[in-house]
Amino acid sequence: MSETQHINASELFGVIFQAKEQEGFSLLLDITAIDNLDKSHPTSTRFELVYILRHEDFKTLKIFKVSLADPLEGVESITSIYTSAEWAEREVYDQYGIHFKHHNTLKRILNHNEFEGHPLRKDYIITQGQYCTTSQDLMDEMQPLLEARCLDMKEDDLMIVNLGPSHPASHGTIRTLAALDGETIVAAAAEIGYLHRGFEKSCENHNYNQIIPYTDRLNYCSALMNNIAFSKTVEEMLEITLPDRGIFIRVILSELSRVIDHLVCLAAGLLDMGGQTNYWYLFNPRNNAYDFLSKLTGARLTNSYMRIGGMTHDLYEGWQDDLTDVLAKIDQGITDSLKMITHNRIYNDRIQNVSPVSADEALQYGFTGPNLRASGVAYDLRFSDPYYYYDTFDFQMVVGSVGDTYDRMMVRFDEMHESMKIIKQAMEQIPDGAINVSDKRIVMPSKDDVYGGIEGMMNQFKLVIDGVKVPKGEHYGAFEAANGELGFYIVSDGSGTPYKVKVRPPSFYHMAAYPKIIENYQVADAIMTLGSLNIIAGEMDR
Amino acid sequence: MDVSNAHLLDDAVVTTTLDAVVTWGREASLWPFVFGTACCAIEFMATAASRYDISRFGAEVLRFSPRHADLLVVAGTVSYKQAPILKQIYDQMPEPKWVVAVGACASTGGFYDNYTTLQGIDEIVPVDVYVAGCPPRPEAILDAVISIQKQLKEEPKFTLRHQEFKSKLDNV
Ligand code: SF4
Repeated sequence: MSETQHINASELFGVIFQAKEQEGFSLLLDITAIDNLDKSHPTSTRFELVYILRHEDFKTLKIFKVSLADPLEGVESITSIYTSAEWAEREVYDQYGIHFKHHNTLKRILNHNEFEGHPLRKDYIITQGQYCTTSQDLMDEMQPLLEARCLDMKEDDLMIVNLGPSHPASHGTIRTLAALDGETIVAAAAEIGYLHRGFEKSCENHNYNQIIPYTDRLNYCSALMNNIAFSKTVEEMLEITLPDRGIFIRVILSELSRVIDHLVCLAAGLLDMGGQTNYWYLFNPRNNAYDFLSKLTGARLTNSYMRIGGMTHDLYEGWQDDLTDVLAKIDQGITDSLKMITHNRIYNDRIQNVSPVSADEALQYGFTGPNLRASGVAYDLRFSDPYYYYDTFDFQMVVGSVGDTYDRMMVRFDEMHESMKIIKQAMEQIPDGAINVSDKRIVMPSKDDVYGGIEGMMNQFKLVIDGVKVPKGEHYGAFEAANGELGFYIVSDGSGTPYKVKVRPPSFYHMAAYPKIIENYQVADAIMTLGSLNIIAGEMDR
Repeated sequence: MDVSNAHLLDDAVVTTTLDAVVTWGREASLWPFVFGTACCAIEFMATAASRYDISRFGAEVLRFSPRHADLLVVAGTVSYKQAPILKQIYDQMPEPKWVVAVGACASTGGFYDNYTTLQGIDEIVPVDVYVAGCPPRPEAILDAVISIQKQLKEEPKFTLRHQEFKSKLDNV
């Protein structure tokens, strides 16, 4: 259920405040903007802001749209209402050049500090790269943090340590600057954007099916899930539903991807802690899963198996045996690993009560997925707003209590079991029949038709050149991905290429909270916390 | 060498060339620094894990300090924002050093032909081996290691490599 409401810039703050405090919209999902410059029917103002909120029933959505007369004038910042707005507003400022009044650190976040212009504006040429020559020292963010805590570098004998962006435990490309008192972090700031690859801008010059390979590379540990989430959103705009067999294949592959994602997260997390054997135990079955996927899709990691309206081809003969074997190996890996850690003092002592996040804080930060559930909030889209027959499968939601690093890891361990339960049920129940919708405007004709007749050939030609035409409109589609709520906000002008795509990336919001929750813990704890949040740079920076 | 016969070499003198000894040492002990940024880095993890096991080729000593490494494996997309860091890491590595560009992104920018992504790391650092794929399979990454081993046999041993290379980020 979603409702869109147009409001004036001047009343924005009041309306959002009310939505949260009185109407119970406790989760700010995302903020983005639309540049109307290229619209065929010009709107009264060039920019519009979009705020997406979720109700605490975790089902109802509310979207506020604000027309903006002057981007420099901007609107009031809502960071005092939702902490998660801090980075979201910075991103809008960076990408669109829209100002937010009374935002404490309104500066670039994804693009580098020497960058000129605002890339998601329609008049920014997509290929116009700009070299970066220096890194910023981040002291502009650190200094106010220290002042707020009445600390002084010299007097309190603090030391600044820079972790990343190229650091074995920084999981790719994350940079954290920490002020240390001895071993304890007293203040921290994070810098992201090192893996900003212009996903959203690239979407604006590719047609819908061409975007699918790009979605693979958002969360590359569970690529198929992103394919599915994106296709599902576009299908909702087209108002089509897949035949049951197609849906079951998607469920099986989604859940397998969730298991793979959690395996990588836990394997890497335990490796950071020094538990190398666990890395082998958890990582090897993932290789078996990849064997299955490459047999099915032709690729290990970046599968691009989905299409708008279905998928490229059906499951191969004998897939049940392969998948059953994979599940058995994964189960064995998890059991072996749990045997080593469940009663292990080092494991338990190092992560229990480290960086706990309370339920309220987690919602403020915009947490979703396993990280939110670890904090004791029972939010999972598969339960609160079930799609793809999730309400008919027998499985449970895994919820933690303390929200510490331990809970975040153990929730993932248990979720793998639940996902495997779903896969097994789906394998039994999967019906025969078509996998794709039968609509010539959406799905490619069979190769026999393409080579056998002029009609089929033209059909293929039109679909390749023009793409799938999506009705004019705007839509936010959400999906329970491995890391949390993965959303796509798509604006269509009726053509085969989206006018705008915005991803609602779970990792982005988890990362925004990271420098805050590692405060008062030690550097070694921070490494574990980062691992447990499972920050995937491709998804965070897009 | 059969160790049980080691005594046969007791007083023996083995003659060889200095080049041969140096090559032998270098090729079997490449120490990689993994500059992993994105999806390709996940496949590098698989290359290092037990099934593909990079240690069979003597390159398992992954170093996280560039000063300890001689093989720079750039696995993943390098953005303009990331480029100065790549350059700094390359500069910190002692000679002789080799660079592998793993995957389409590191080699050419891949399908990120846009405002964010460096169109190939060879604008910034000299590259010895390019690996095709998006991401390349672990076997292809192993193949790159073997190519470096072959290549270093043919190279002069005591001169600096790539002196003529000009980086886009020189003198900044
Ligand atoms: S080459 Fe492909 S797999 Fe590798 S980093 Fe680039 S997009 Fe990812």
